[in-house]
Amino acid sequence: MMRVTYAHMGTSTIVFKSMLEEIGHEVIVPRRPTPKTLSLGVQYAPEFACIPFKLVLGTYLETIPRGVDMIISAGGYGPCRAGFYGELHGRILREMGYNPDFVFFFPPLKKPVDFFRKIIQLKQGGSWRDLFRSCQRGLKKLKAVDDIEIRSHEIRARELKRGDTSRAFRKSLNYLEEARTTKEIEEARREGLGELDKVSINPDFEPLKVGIIGEIYVQLEPAANFYLEETLGNMGVVPKRTIFLTSFTRRDVVAHGDREAKERAEPYIPLVIGGHGQNSVGDVVHFAEDGYHGIVQLAPFTCIPEIVAKSIMPHLSKVKGIPVLTFFIDEQTGQAGVETRLEAFVDLMQEQRKNNSA
Amino acid sequence: MTKIGIPRTLSYYTFYPLWKTFLEEIGLEVILSPPTNKKTLDLGVQETVNDACVPIKLYHGHVMALKDKVDFLFIPRLVKADDKNTFCPKFLGLPDMVRFSREDLPPIIDPTFRMKSLRASLFGFLYNIGRQFSASKTSIIQGYLRARKAHKKYHYLLNRGLFPSEAMENLNSPLREIDFPGPGKEELTLAVIGYPYSIFDPYISGNLLKNLQKMGIGIITPENISSKDLKTFSRYLPQNFFWYYSNRAAWAALHLINKAKKIDGIIHVTAFGCGPDAMLNKLLELEAKHHDQLPFLSISIDEHSGEAGILTRLEAFIDMLEHKKKAEGSKTA
Repeated sequence: MMRVTYAHMGTSTIVFKSMLEEIGHEVIVPRRPTPKTLSLGVQYAPEFACIPFKLVLGTYLETIPRGVDMIISAGGYGPCRAGFYGELHGRILREMGYNPDFVFFFPPLKKPVDFFRKIIQLKQGGSWRDLFRSCQRGLKKLKAVDDIEIRSHEIRARELKRGDTSRAFRKSLNYLEEARTTKEIEEARREGLGELDKVSINPDFEPLKVGIIGEIYVQLEPAANFYLEETLGNMGVVPKRTIFLTSFTRRDVVAHGDREAKERAEPYIPLVIGGHGQNSVGDVVHFAEDGYHGIVQLAPFTCIPEIVAKSIMPHLSKVKGIPVLTFFIDEQTGQAGVETRLEAFVDLMQEQRKNNSA
Repeated sequence: MTKIGIPRTLSYYTFYPLWKTFLEEIGLEVILSPPTNKKTLDLGVQETVNDACVPIKLYHGHVMALKDKVDFLFIPRLVKADDKNTFCPKFLGLPDMVRFSREDLPPIIDPTFRMKSLRASLFGFLYNIGRQFSASKTSIIQGYLRARKAHKKYHYLLNRGLFPSEAMENLNSPLREIDFPGPGKEELTLAVIGYPYSIFDPYISGNLLKNLQKMGIGIITPENISSKDLKTFSRYLPQNFFWYYSNRAAWAALHLINKAKKIDGIIHVTAFGCGPDAMLNKLLELEAKHHDQLPFLSISIDEHSGEAGILTRLEAFIDMLEHKKKAEGSKTA
C-alpha cells in the first residue's frame, strides 16, 4: 500500500479517489486549488509555464507535506507541453528535496509498453480482474458525475433563487462520492439528478447558449477558470463545455481524437497542432451551426496550440457569424476582470439575439 | 519570371540554402525579405495575434515586407525533420496563422514537410513543389541534387564554427579559401543556447553575438555542433522534448556541459512567452547548477527589448565570469 496523490481537476477528483482506494492504496486527496496554491506554484515553476503547470505544482506542494509516496499524473505525448510536465515537475520537486515516486501516464496507443509497465507498478500485485472492475466502476462514476454536471448547467440558468442549483449540485456530488458498488453509483446518479430537478425554475425563460472551447485543464478546473460556468449560469446563460472527462477518455486517450471536430477544422487547420488547438477551431464551426449564441475560448497564457487557434478566430467569427470571447488566463487574471468582460459579452449576445429575431 | 518570397526568419536559418537552390533551379526568382528592422517588427506586432511570441510576430512582419513584391509566398508547413521530433505547434500552424491574418496576401505555397530523414523523403517533397510550378522532370532532379548539396555544405560550414550569415556568404567558395575560426584563443568561451531565429537575428537579439565578440568572448551555438554529437546526447535525458529546435538546443547544451568542458558559462536566449522554452530554460538552469554551478544567464527577448538593456546584463555577466576565473586561478597557483 502506498500513499498516493494526483492533481486536482474539477469534479473528477472523487472518481480517482475511489478507484485508487479500490486497488488498495491510501489516497491523499488534493484540495481544490486556491489563490494560495497558485502563488506557491508560481514561486517554483518557470515563469512562462502555463497556469495548469503552476496550479498542479502548487497542489503537489500542498499535498506532499501530508505524507505522499507516489504522485500519479498523465499527459499527451507532444507536441503540447503537457507531456513534459511529469519530467519537469519531478525535477523541480527533487530539487526542493522531496522525493516521491512519479508515475506519469502517456496515452496507451502511443507508448503501450510504458503504459503497461506503469499500470503494473500501480496495481502492486493486485489481480487484473479487480483492476478491470475498478476501472469499470470508475468510468461509470465519471459518467454519472458528468451527467449531473451537465444537468446542473441547464438548470442553473433558469433557477428562480440564486444558489439553489449549486447547493443541490454539491449535495449530488456527495452522494456519488460515497457510492461504491455499481448499484450504488446508479442509485446516487438518480438521486443526484432528482435533487437537481427539485430546484424551482422559470420554465418560460429562454436562456442564451454559449459554447466553451479551449484547453482541457482550464476548462475542467473551475478554480482555474474563475468558476466560469457558475458565473455564466448566474447570468442566465447555459454553458456547454466541449471537454468532459468521459468523452475525453473515449476520444483522445483511447482513440486518436475527435474525428468530427477534426473534419470541421480541416479548412482552417489541417493537422493536429497539439493540445486541443485543432478541436477548438472545429468546435467553433460546430457551435455556430448548432445555433449557439456565442463562444468563450479558455486557454492558459502562453498555451501554444490555443494561440494558433486564436489567430484563426477573427476570421472564423466573421465567416460563421458567431461572437468569440477569448480568455488567456495567468496568475495575474482577476475574478472581477473576467466577470466584467463576461457581462459585456452576455449583453452583446442578447442584443444580437434581439436583432436577429426582429 | 515568377517571383516567390521567403521570409528571412524561423526556418530560414536552417533551410534557406536548400529552398533557394531548388526554387531557382526550377526557374523561379527567389525574393528574400530584408533583414529585420523596426518596421518589420511594428508590422508584425500589428498583424499577429497578441499572445504569440516575438519570432512569430517577426515572421508576419517579414511576410508583410514581401507581400507586394512577390507572386507567391513560400511557407512550408514544418512538421517533422527526423523520426522523433515535431516542430513547435506554432510552426505546425504557421501557414494557417499567416493565411487568416490578412486578406490581401499572395497565394501561399505550403507543402507539408514531414520527413523521417532528408534522404528518404526530400525528393518527393520537392517533386510536388516542382510540379505545382509545372517544372520539367530534369530540372526537378537537378534542383534536388544541387539543393541537397547546398544544404549539406551549409550545415558542414556551420559545424565548422561559422554563423549562418557567414556560411551563406561562403556557400559557393571552395573550402580552403574560407577562414574558419580556430580553436578558442579567447580567454572566455560561452555557449549561447537558443533557437537560430532568435540568436542569429541581430535586430531582435540586440546584437548579442556581435557584442560578445567585441568583448573578445568565444561563442559556441547549437548550430555549430555536429549532428553526431547531438545524437549522443539524445539518449542522455530520461525524457526528451517533443520539439525539433528545443531538443537541438538541449542536446547541444548538454554536450557542451558534459563532454566538451571548455565553456565558462551558458547564455540562454529565449523569447518572451515561448512555450517550449519555459521547459527548456528550467532544465538548462538545473543541469548547469548540477555541473559545478556553471554560470547561467537567461536573456528573454520581446518586442520592447533594447540593445542597451541586453548589453548591460551581458557586461555584468562577463565581469562576474572574469572575477570567477581570476579567483580560481589564484587558488590553484
